[in-house]
Amino acid sequence: MEALIKKRIKQVIKGDQDAFAEIVEIYSNSIYQLGYRMLGNRHEAEDIAQEAFIRAYVNIKSFNQDLKFSTWLFRIATNLCIDRIRKKKPDYYLDAEVSGTDGLTMYSQLASNSPLPEIELESLELQDTVHKEILKLPEKYRSVIVLKYIEELSLNEISEILDLPLGTVKTRIHRGREALRQQLRYV
Amino acid sequence: MKCDEKIVELMHEYLDEEIDPENEMILRDHLKSCKDCETLFNEYKRTIAVVKGTSRMQAPPNFTANVMASLPKEKKKVGMQRWLRNHPLIAAASLFIVLMTGSLISTWNQDREFSVSKQENLVVENGTVIVPEGEVVKGDVIVRNGELRIEGEVQGDVTVINGEQYLASAGNVTGQIEEVNEVFDWIWYHMKRTAFEVIDIFNDGEE
Ligand SMILES: [Zn+2]
Repeated sequence: MEALIKKRIKQVIKGDQDAFAEIVEIYSNSIYQLGYRMLGNRHEAEDIAQEAFIRAYVNIKSFNQDLKFSTWLFRIATNLCIDRIRKKKPDYYLDAEVSGTDGLTMYSQLASNSPLPEIELESLELQDTVHKEILKLPEKYRSVIVLKYIEELSLNEISEILDLPLGTVKTRIHRGREALRQQLRYV
Repeated sequence: MKCDEKIVELMHEYLDEEIDPENEMILRDHLKSCKDCETLFNEYKRTIAVVKGTSRMQAPPNFTANVMASLPKEKKKVGMQRWLRNHPLIAAASLFIVLMTGSLISTWNQDREFSVSKQENLVVENGTVIVPEGEVVKGDVIVRNGELRIEGEVQGDVTVINGEQYLASAGNVTGQIEEVNEVFDWIWYHMKRTAFEVIDIFNDGEE
């Protein structure tokens, strides 16, 4: 996989734009996912993921090919998410999330196809609760929690992505876990 | 939590999968005897399970196409290079022409001088190369700007560039005989020779 990515990157660096499509295809879901959990809605997730890939393309020559491409890509995407969170009005995304139709749309789509609507409802309500609680985390805890438990990356990778010492990453994960535990213990 | 902060630390170490066996024993022993810590530990584990259990989102189906359409346009040169890479034979010919046309005339003029491949038993008389009767010349014979008369045997190909060859009735050539007299033949002759080398270069470049 890494070998394939490296080959495609070399082609892109030589100027073969088409080779980039495969890279996008491979990472689109995880980068979109990162945006969704960091920013809270599909529209912004798509927007930020698209921007992350465009930035990766434009800056591909500055990518150190001895490193893991995914780490570099996640770094670009995470930084974009954090920038956007910081630019937002503090209460905007909470309101948008509570009154948004995002969860409802997902619910009605799944429920209509499901043989067991009650179970789907329950898990979707839980999904929604967890999603909102992650979004309530301050950005520095949110990013480590999303990278660790949604993207399932190692602490070392997270430390590289965020350009933070391992100890800082651990502290943030511990605090993020504690904050989520207090919110989710009774759900 | 009334217990030592150390136990909470150990819980985090455990959850980070970085706890050493000794500390794990301490943690397990404590959890068996302390209800509060056991509850806390289970809440942590459940929290992680619930967060991990959120559904995995998929990018919209047209996502890749949208990204590709939004990229800055690639340079024309590059599109050309890819096209050449996908058409190696035409690429070889094009590259040959590009590289050779400039220097072709001077090469052509330089090559007006008489020359012949080096085989000991070839005889040269006034710009005519002779394969003597009864002699066997091993290897390809190439004559430039001269004539070739074959009375003996050539075990190989014969190429006469800008000249003529006569094959006597007793003469014999085991390989192919080729006469290259026109400029375009000359180009074609070089193209065939260069093409395979160029394709090799393109193939190497693909690695
Ligand atoms: Zn205790």
